[in-house]
Order: sequence, then C-alpha cells, then structure tokens
Amino acid sequence: MDEFLLLMRLDIITKEAQPSPEQMQVYMKMYQDWVGGIAAQNKFIGGTGLSMEGKVVKPNNVITDGPFAEIKESIAGFIMVKAKDFEEATGFAKDCPILQGEGNSVEVRKINVKS
Amino acid sequence: MSILFMANGELIPHLFRTEYRKIVSVLCKRFGFDQIETAEDIASDTFLTATQTWGLKGVPQNPTAWLYNVARNKAASHLRRDYLFEKKIARELKSNADEIKDVSSGDTHEIDLSPQNINDSQLQMMFAICHPSIPAEAQIGLSLRILCGFGIEEIANAFLTNKERINKRLFRARGKLREGKISIELPGPADIDQRLGTVLRTIYLLFNEGYYSISQDKTMRKDLCLEAMRLTYQLIQHESTNLPTVNALFSLMCFHASRFPARKNDTGEIVLYQQQDEALWDQTLIAKGAWHLHLASHGPHLSKYHLEASIAYWHTIKADTEEKWENILQLHNKLLQIEYSPIAALNRTFALSKANGKAAALAEAEKLQLTDNHYYYTLLGELYSDIDNGKAIASLQTAYTLAKTQTDKHTIQKKIDMLRLSECP
Repeated sequence: MDEFLLLMRLDIITKEAQPSPEQMQVYMKMYQDWVGGIAAQNKFIGGTGLSMEGKVVKPNNVITDGPFAEIKESIAGFIMVKAKDFEEATGFAKDCPILQGEGNSVEVRKINVKS
Repeated sequence: MSILFMANGELIPHLFRTEYRKIVSVLCKRFGFDQIETAEDIASDTFLTATQTWGLKGVPQNPTAWLYNVARNKAASHLRRDYLFEKKIARELKSNADEIKDVSSGDTHEIDLSPQNINDSQLQMMFAICHPSIPAEAQIGLSLRILCGFGIEEIANAFLTNKERINKRLFRARGKLREGKISIELPGPADIDQRLGTVLRTIYLLFNEGYYSISQDKTMRKDLCLEAMRLTYQLIQHESTNLPTVNALFSLMCFHASRFPARKNDTGEIVLYQQQDEALWDQTLIAKGAWHLHLASHGPHLSKYHLEASIAYWHTIKADTEEKWENILQLHNKLLQIEYSPIAALNRTFALSKANGKAAALAEAEKLQLTDNHYYYTLLGELYSDIDNGKAIASLQTAYTLAKTQTDKHTIQKKIDMLRLSECP
C-alpha cells in the first residue's frame, strides 16, 4: 500500500465559476461524503480543506497576500490517502466533488516513503 | 442489580467482576507494584476460597463483606510473613541492614477496604496503570485485568488474539510497572490530558464488551456496562478529571444504556433498534446523556467520544427524518476521519443509504470489502433487499455462516425467511 497526496485546486478567479451559498452547502456535503467514503475504506490518512486566507513568501523578504491574484488555480485543500497504485488513487480523485466545477483539478502525487 | 435474585452459579462470576479489581487495587496500593502478583494472587485466592466454602456451606448473608474479610485476613498474614522474613531472615542475609525498610514503624497489617479507600485506590490505580512508560496495548490489557477483573480469555477475545499473547503482554506490562517504579497516585495537571486518553479508551472497551459482547454467547452483560459507567462517573466526580472528553464518554454510555430495557424481549432475545418499543427507553438516562453532552461541549477538542455521543443522541429520536440521518451521516464522516473502525464504516454506510439512497450506499458498501465480518453481509443483504432479492438472500446466507452467536444467526435467518416469503407470488 502506497501513500498519495490529493491536491485540490480551485478556480477562485473566474466569476461565473463561483458557487452560490446554497451551492456551497451542497458542495460541502458532497465533499464530506467523499472524504467519509475514503475513510470508510480505511484509506484516509489525513488532510483538510483550507481557508482562503494565505501569504506567499518570496526571495528577498517579499511577502504577498496569497497566490490568488497571479494564478487561476488555488489550492483549496489536500488529503493524503492509502492506495495500492496510481489507478486506485486517481479513482479516489475522480470522485472528488470539486471536479464538478469547470477549471478545477485534483493533482495526484505519490508520497515518497523511505523504505 | 440485586444479587438475591441471581442464580447461585452466576453469583461468583458477578462478584468476581465487581470486587476482584477493588481488592487488587487496595492491596496493590498498599504493597506497591513490586508485589503486584501477590496482590492478584491474594484476590484470586479469595475467590477460590469463596467457591469452595459457599459450595459447602451456602452463600453468606453479605457475600461482599465476606470476601473483603477473607482478603483482609489473607493480606494480613502475607504482610506478617513478609515482616517476619524481613526482620528475622533477610537481616541476617544482608550485611547492610539499612537497606531493609522498617516495616514495623507504625505500620499495622490491617487492610483498609472502606468505600473511600477503595474509590481512591481505584482512581489512582487507573492512572498508574496508564502510565506513559508502558505501551498502550499493555496498559489496556492490564487495565482490563486489574481494574475490570476481565478473564484472560475475555481480553484475548476483545483484542482478537490468543490467551498466550495476552499473558505474555501482561507479564511484560507488570515488569514495566515494577521497573518504572511507578507510584500509585493521580498525575499532575500537566499530564492528566495525555494519560486520561488511555484510561477512557479502556473504559470504553469495557462498555463495548458489555454492550455488544462478541466474546461470549450471552447477548447482554449489563453489569459490565454499569461498571464502565461507574468508572467514568468516578472520573467525573473528581475535579481534576472532570473534563469534556470524560463527559462526552459518559453521555455516550447514558444514551446507549437508555435502550437496555428495550433491547431484549421476554424470552431474552435481542430486539433490533428498528423494532424496539421506544416507550421502554429510559428517559431519565436520555436526559442525563443530554446534560453530559452539554457539559462536554466546552473546550476546543472534538474527540471521537463527542462524535459518538452525538450519533447516539440522534438515535434517541426514533422517527426517521431527513435531518436525523443527514446528521448521523456527517458525524460518521467526521468520526471515520479521526479513527477508522469497521463498525463505524458499516454504520456510516447504513446512514448513507438513509440520507442519500440505497443505490449510492450499495456502491460504497461494495468497496468496504469487510469479508470476514457478518455485519457487512447483513448490511449488504439489507441494501440489496427490494433491489436484487437474489443477491440479498445470498449475502444474508454468507452472514449466517460467519455469525458467531446463536442470537445473530437467528436474527439473520428471520430476514432470509422474510425475503423468501416476499419472493413467493
């Protein structure tokens, strides 16, 4: 069993892509059901959604308010899962409700565990 | 529970369950952990004497007082022997007489088995056993043995392992208690949180052992649950351990225990939740549970006991509402992220079928693959009913084969029969 990081990226710039508060509530339930489904298979290691506040630190002591103004896809959350291969891990990712939104994505990365 | 109404054969196991650990705690507190085996031996010996004497002469008027008396005498003669050994023999064997503790100084051989001392000793014992220097597994085993008077086989069952491994684990754990020179006392405020975790987990296991009782073919062992509740309440009554998680655990137990009167029918068969007569649910315990859940809501930490207590709260409302099942589902989603367990996974899938529909739940249920668990196949049977009755019956038949108790087999067979009936035109 390997460990994978599912990195959820969300378009928070395009106006049309933003959900209404009611939609947001539906998405939250879908998200919790999705994570719960992974956890019910004992494949959930950890992770969480992230708040929209953030800072970016760059060389020469430059600190900006979040990456939001520069890139379209911001990290909205991450979870770590156990999966036997990439196929299973991407299988989890495919069901992520964030993919209901155009321009969003889930990046699947294998975590290098020292053997 | 009145012991007068208990069949003779059940009296000693019952007393062993409630009194063994009290005697061990008091003796251990008195002797110290370097004589933990002696404390356990004296307690076991007391029950052996009781079995022999009561078998011949009948049960005494006050069995508990009788046990305390015998334990007291046995302990006193042990201390006397010990004292004589130290004084007369060891002194001559050892050149340095200063090393020998002077057991005669103001120390009597009297053992204090007053309610107060039993209480204090047990509380201190809970924490001494759950000391950080001892592996969590060993702490739980030791707690079940010494605080709860579990048999080795029952502990093995609870951990799904064998007696030899538990014995080895206990042997090593006792060694650690000795090596660590752990004193039998309450931890300071800084350590309480960390050390309370193991204490609570142990009590929780004890309660579950009684409530679900997998290890024995006796469907409910209310005594165990009441003992677990008593231990938890002991923590609540003590100021330094009256913390939100403790209240959450107590709340959980109250909600579960409120259904005791409804869980068994007149013939002693288990009555499933859906078929229970809610008029039999104990409203006093439900109110008590709600009160302690309220007390548990202070503080930032959301423990699994909080989540389980909240789930149990929703189950005190019998009516199937959308709100109820959505809440139960979301609480399970959170619970599983904190700590996975097969039973939580199964309950979550059941809640999913109520909140999101059977089809959605079936897709998730198929992924669980808990293929050695009869509840898994019972759930599949439930979910396939009316969708694919052939598959439903096949699942239930697998469940029947895997079920360990006659009660479970009986319940499953009933479901199979019902489905077969509905298949007939």
